[in-house]
Amino acid sequence: MTDMLTPVLTDNWDAERAWTLASYEEHGGYAALDKAFAMAPDDVINAVKESGLRGRGGAGFPTGMKWGFIPQDNPKPKYLVVNADESEPGTCKDTPLMLASPHTLVEGVIISSYAIRANTAFIYVRGEIIHVIRRLQRAVQEAYLAGHLGKNIHGSGYDLDLIVHAGAGAYICGEETALLEGLEGRRGQPRLRPPFPAVAGLYASPTVINNVESIASVPSIINHGAAWFAGMGTEKSNGYGIFSLSGHVTKPGQYEAPLGITLRELIDLAGGMREGHELKFWTPGGSSTPLLTPEHLDVPLDFESVGAAGSMLGTRALQLFDETTCVVRAVLRWTEFYKHESCGKCTPCREGTWWLTQTLARLEKGQGSEADLDLLLDQCDNILGRSFCALGDGATSPISSSIQHFRDEYLAHLSHGGCPFDHAASTVFSPVGADA
Amino acid sequence: MTTTDKAPDTVDTDLVTLTIDGVQVSVPKDTLVIRAAEQVGVQIPRFCDHPLLDPVGACRQCLVDIPDAGNGRGFPKPQASCTLPVAEGMVVNTQATSEVADKAQQGVMEFLLINHPLDCPVCDKGGECPLQNQAMSNGRGESRFAESGGVKRTFPKPINISAQVLLDRERCVLCARCTRFSEQVAGDPFIALAERGALQQVAIYEREPFESYFSGNAIQICPVGALTSADYRFRSRPFDLVSTPGVAEHDACGAAIRIDHRRGKVMRRLAGNEPEINEEWISDKDRFAFRYSQVDDRITYPQVREDGELRPASWTEAFAVAARGLRDAGAGAVLTGGRLTAEDAYAYAKFARVALQTNDVDFRARPHSAEEASFLASHVALSGGVTYADLEAAPVVVLLGLEPEDEAATIFLRLRKAARQGRTQVVSVAPWTSRGLQKMKGRLVPAVPGTEAEVIASLADAEHGVSKDAVILVGERLAGTHGALSAAADLAARTGARLAWVPRRAGDRGAVEAGALPNLLPGGRPLAEASARVDVAAAWGVESLPAKVGRDGNAIVAALAKGDLGGLVVAGVDPDDTADPAAFRAALDAAGFVVSLELRATGVTRVADVVLPVAPMTDKAGTFVTWDGRARDFDAVFTNPASLPDLRILSGIADELAALGQGAPLGFRTVGEVRAEMQALGPWDGARPAHDAGKAPRVGKAPKADSFTLATWKQLIDLGSMQDGEVHLRATARTPVVRLNRAAYESVFGMLEGEPGRDQLATVTGDRGSVTLPVAVADLPDGVVWVPARSFGRGVLAELASPGSSVTVKGAQQ
Repeated sequence: MTDMLTPVLTDNWDAERAWTLASYEEHGGYAALDKAFAMAPDDVINAVKESGLRGRGGAGFPTGMKWGFIPQDNPKPKYLVVNADESEPGTCKDTPLMLASPHTLVEGVIISSYAIRANTAFIYVRGEIIHVIRRLQRAVQEAYLAGHLGKNIHGSGYDLDLIVHAGAGAYICGEETALLEGLEGRRGQPRLRPPFPAVAGLYASPTVINNVESIASVPSIINHGAAWFAGMGTEKSNGYGIFSLSGHVTKPGQYEAPLGITLRELIDLAGGMREGHELKFWTPGGSSTPLLTPEHLDVPLDFESVGAAGSMLGTRALQLFDETTCVVRAVLRWTEFYKHESCGKCTPCREGTWWLTQTLARLEKGQGSEADLDLLLDQCDNILGRSFCALGDGATSPISSSIQHFRDEYLAHLSHGGCPFDHAASTVFSPVGADA
Repeated sequence: MTTTDKAPDTVDTDLVTLTIDGVQVSVPKDTLVIRAAEQVGVQIPRFCDHPLLDPVGACRQCLVDIPDAGNGRGFPKPQASCTLPVAEGMVVNTQATSEVADKAQQGVMEFLLINHPLDCPVCDKGGECPLQNQAMSNGRGESRFAESGGVKRTFPKPINISAQVLLDRERCVLCARCTRFSEQVAGDPFIALAERGALQQVAIYEREPFESYFSGNAIQICPVGALTSADYRFRSRPFDLVSTPGVAEHDACGAAIRIDHRRGKVMRRLAGNEPEINEEWISDKDRFAFRYSQVDDRITYPQVREDGELRPASWTEAFAVAARGLRDAGAGAVLTGGRLTAEDAYAYAKFARVALQTNDVDFRARPHSAEEASFLASHVALSGGVTYADLEAAPVVVLLGLEPEDEAATIFLRLRKAARQGRTQVVSVAPWTSRGLQKMKGRLVPAVPGTEAEVIASLADAEHGVSKDAVILVGERLAGTHGALSAAADLAARTGARLAWVPRRAGDRGAVEAGALPNLLPGGRPLAEASARVDVAAAWGVESLPAKVGRDGNAIVAALAKGDLGGLVVAGVDPDDTADPAAFRAALDAAGFVVSLELRATGVTRVADVVLPVAPMTDKAGTFVTWDGRARDFDAVFTNPASLPDLRILSGIADELAALGQGAPLGFRTVGEVRAEMQALGPWDGARPAHDAGKAPRVGKAPKADSFTLATWKQLIDLGSMQDGEVHLRATARTPVVRLNRAAYESVFGMLEGEPGRDQLATVTGDRGSVTLPVAVADLPDGVVWVPARSFGRGVLAELASPGSSVTVKGAQQ
């Protein structure tokens, strides 16, 4: 069964001190660098294009195509910015990757920067994950000392400086233009587009912004070839990805597998749902992707199939909830997160999340009426596609999908005069709940 | 001077045709959909959008449906029309025709109101509030938020973000108009949005309040009642106000204002919309400084001096006493300040020639020179052709003795806009790089006061880019250095650049045109030309005009002191503004007979034999001629028969003089009659007089080695008498400081730095007194010290020294 797994990024995670340069090089690290330097930058871009690698940050935009948008005739410097501001509830792939093997990312950064002809690259790391920041900084330092970064890397004549930048703690900075604002020292709020970052991004210069996992996948593509990568996954969703399973599952963690694997297979790999319970609902890609239910267990987890099922592949952050979980309560918690993290720039997200939280909180307490569900849906309709960036859209996903799939449970709160669930029973550390 | 062949205005060749609500319309390329919709008569509701600010797309109120973006495909979601440029073939459906757009707008409006206090009945904005109006037109009548038991976000009631500006955070819809205005237009990013989500709010840095010279504009463009002024808060309701358009009287820029009044009292002033001049912005001085005519020392009735004391008199008695006194005093002269309307200035010019039969008339109540009078006659009178738009289009704008942010705020905003667009390089000949120059991204060409002539001459070098497309703006302070105005004229002649003179006061340019100068007759006629004198004499119906070029202000003061002159008519002159206040006061004391035409009691009325109250700006019609030669006329705000304009009073005195056998009547009594007479007289069509730099003044003794040359100018907000009565405005003035360069600072204070809030103090001492102020370091040349001219006591001229003279600087105890 474990042959479904394709450990590439996670392959060396169990090595002794995997995060050190010595360990990484022992496992063949930085070998892709010389291969890349032997290629013309455009050939590197083409290799990534041919591999079919799509952005691993959630939106799934073809990475090679994004690199191709950089106007090489623009006299301004080009920049590569790695989005390592992983903050979505449930999403936990970049953090363990950077913790376990930061050099995989550094090597990816060097090859990607070389391809787009950037001489300065940034890794924008979520400020709260201080241990990861230290590992990254140390890895960058090691890479400089070993000649993988700095002037004339490996005698290729190519120069690159890599800067690890710690964010100040805002979910919105995962939005690429807000990230750029933050990197420039301003408040993290999304920018008006156009101009798009490929034309005028960081310091108004052409900028590529990629997710950690996308960039970390590049060395393997160079090492093994585009065809090797494209041979994995499904027709339009090539390659492998890290699937992060969390919640009521026996062995939560990161499972690296080709795109298109199903949740049923992943749950099997993870030893099944926690004993004596069954799956009730799940998110395919973090809290801003609409909820799915057990009827979607066999949906191939690739961009197209999950989309067809009414959700989004997102960041493959599979949060699994069993039947002890109150969906209203879970959705309220997520909504409170969005309210807390709304940057405040645009009205629908700022005011909408303020209101949604209040309506949901009352429903959870069994107050209100069935009409409030329609009110919620109408509020969501007034936010979705009306806000400045996708954060507002994301805030509506759990609400509208949960009402779609679990309307009766909402109504049960009203008829029960409060939440009918034993909340203690849903905690992972209390298998039998408060009744024990 | 004729208008040179300018680049043609944008020709509408790049038109884009699109369909909005089924109506086809063609608009220039890059037009935003929200403005294209206005062309077909559809008003899309909006808050953050402002045509003079960069688009931001924050409030989302202007969402529209775009079924076809011009490429055959539509947008799946409603789009913000304030950030979307038009495209050929685009189809736009607004709330008028699209349910999707209408619902989107209603949804956003509902969201905006959930955290708004809805305290319209006690809000100053109520009745003129875009939120209120658009909530009525594009919102729902009942609040589902309140129905569903929602709890609003609340904040404590207003907080001061400056002494003048108050912020009600609850009312704010976070459209960021105020912050964008301050950053983009004024260049004063003293306010910014802080916090996030619904707790986001406009904030200041604790040590730096919102002390921008332009903060009032942020209040005016606030689409809700979140920003209010301490000055106007709770004073009146918009629907009780009557609005009269006006022209700002505080500088020579001619900014359009709107005067809002109620029951005969001005309640507030707002920026008018005049795209060719001030666009939609005015300085805080133009906005808030208007109570100077309502303060306690306002003169309300004529007075005559009897036994050493002033006593009330009737107008007729006052006219007669004035006429008798002037006749008996012998030779008379006229001194007017720079605050007169062109009509009033004309009346003084005519009064001097016809009634007093002299050319001893000068409007320059400030340091001036014979060279300047010649410059005004040869290069300024009747000149024109440089406009605000030219400032934006010129590749280089040279500032000579002019600090626009302090002395011509509307020009400053235009130059900042031009610099921000990256088209215009500002080059300033000044002693240091002011904040205003930084905001115009300007380049300093440093000049020690007194050396301006040489520095200006050096500008002809190619490195400064002064070409025929450049514009040279000459400030009135340049008259303080002999040869500087000649150098400026020479620079313009050599490079072909266009030149304009920018005085500080609103009436200065009009006074030049009206002939309130010893060497000029009305219409720019050179007095020395016999044909010009004949021309004017014929128009005025008098035998002849005095032919001898008159005394200028300095000479009048000297002649009064010597006894060569006896009578004096003074209008709107503050002795402390004159080149030598002590000498001016002595001259007043020495004068045989002084007639004062004034609004308020001053150092002149103290000794005047007849005091005649003149109408304030609000009580009379008039015209200000702006620095660019534009006649900006305005009507009276109030009808107040007891309030007489200067020209009516002069006509009364002239009538009495004529009855006594001296001179002739002026032949007019109203502003309209003066205008008609000026119109009929018309401009001089003969040759312009040649410029004559005159003799260089005697060089004073060489300054001592450790002394400093004094540089100074007046800051926008200071102790000027037209800001009296405005406590909140004055409180936003910049702290007066002494500026030294780093080397001088260290030689005075060693390496000791001041602490925040406890800067080092320095005492500057000149031949008229001394002043102690905090010290700031600036990029001044060696041996130069700068202090603000009117920000302490009676000001630099009265209590320190003459600009350009030498002073000493010493450290002072805290």
